[in-house]
Amino acid sequence: MKVTFEINGAEKSVDVEPRTLVVDLIRTKLGMTGTHIGCDTSNCGACTVLLDGRPVKSCTLLAPMLEGKKVTTVEGLAKGGKLDSIQVGFHEEHGLQCGFCTPGMMLVGKALIEANPHPTEDEIRWGISGNICRCTGYMNIVKAIQHAAAANATENTAGVA
Amino acid sequence: MFPAAFDYIAPGALDEVLSLLGQHGDDAKVLAGGQSLIPLLKLRFAAPVIVIDIGRVDGLEGIRRENGHVRIGARTRHRDVEGATDLRGTLDVLLDAAPLISDPLIRNMGTVGGSICHADPAGDWGAVMLAVGAEFVLKSAGGERVLPAAGFFQGPFTTGLQSNEVMTEIRIPVGTGKSGGTYLKLERKVGDFASVAAAVHIVLGGDGRVASAGIGLCAVGAHSIKATAAEAALVGQEPTDDVIAAAARLAGEAAEPKADIRGSAEYKRDVARVFVQRGLHTAVKRAQGAAA
Repeated sequence: MKVTFEINGAEKSVDVEPRTLVVDLIRTKLGMTGTHIGCDTSNCGACTVLLDGRPVKSCTLLAPMLEGKKVTTVEGLAKGGKLDSIQVGFHEEHGLQCGFCTPGMMLVGKALIEANPHPTEDEIRWGISGNICRCTGYMNIVKAIQHAAAANATENTAGVA
Repeated sequence: MFPAAFDYIAPGALDEVLSLLGQHGDDAKVLAGGQSLIPLLKLRFAAPVIVIDIGRVDGLEGIRRENGHVRIGARTRHRDVEGATDLRGTLDVLLDAAPLISDPLIRNMGTVGGSICHADPAGDWGAVMLAVGAEFVLKSAGGERVLPAAGFFQGPFTTGLQSNEVMTEIRIPVGTGKSGGTYLKLERKVGDFASVAAAVHIVLGGDGRVASAGIGLCAVGAHSIKATAAEAALVGQEPTDDVIAAAARLAGEAAEPKADIRGSAEYKRDVARVFVQRGLHTAVKRAQGAAA
């Protein structure tokens, strides 16, 4: 069947079996391997993508459910060669070790600070509770999201007299 | 893992959904948020011939108050209940339960009606709906039925929903009395299914006595359990420490837990008792503080 949706700003129309999982569609059919397969059982969040701006687990979505929707993957974060503030945050605060959970963590972090520009540490920890890091790097992940929130706040007030 | 092959259809109108369900019956599965169904498809515990996605049917989402009821569209996401802060003081138990369901990403997709119809014995909404005395609106091509939550849950993943029906709405009666409630959940880690959970909702009369009481237990039996003896022990009584302790003991006796990796049967039964006791104290305090 044909499914038409937007991914990272580009419209795609693909021919898929209805049973295709979104994570497989993205990785195999579209060749974007930034979205990872971790547990494949909706536990770990390595496969996180944004669906109409909200983080969801793409291993637990069927491809036809994307019809008419907007998807953002980690490949859609940087714009015109400029890193998104959430990516800068992970870079500056060393918010990763092996990097496997990082695409999911960054997308969850980005959605979190868009909905709540000044999250408390507790709110950040609740926000990432569906994403598992097995390098036990949560301290720096929290700091990375705080870094991005602070950078966004500075940017939003820059130029305001 | 990926599911066995199936036909997929996403009707734009409820009538079409009902007609397809009438036609395919047990061969069909309804897909809402997919957070229970898709894992089952991937494990191939479920292998329907046709999956009917109700994601494009209008009018199945949202929370509104009407005619003495809070009406929740069956496809309303868990996250939207979490954000319905105006339910505080009326249906505390819903607001306390929603953020404890799985994790934020699952709550962005998963739906209230889907979770209720899936009827996992460790699903959170079952116990909550029993506590608040909810009714479920079920539609088929032949018409509409309204079933009370009590009696709806019949066994693991088994409910009163017929194969030609779809749930469209959850109706929760809200009176004018002072009400309070809460949800307590023991889980091994954030986002896990409950080891034990208890939902409590009470209404106090003008004389300060309990006008009605609802207690639902989660993950301590083959299905969500309504602790009816405990509820009856509260109605008409002043909610003293002794009355609450006695009701909690009855609730513990209503639990039918099985030992597993999450704990022994004795342990779970006692957690159910303690949670009901704590929950009732919170519910009473909230109801006493609530505006009439």
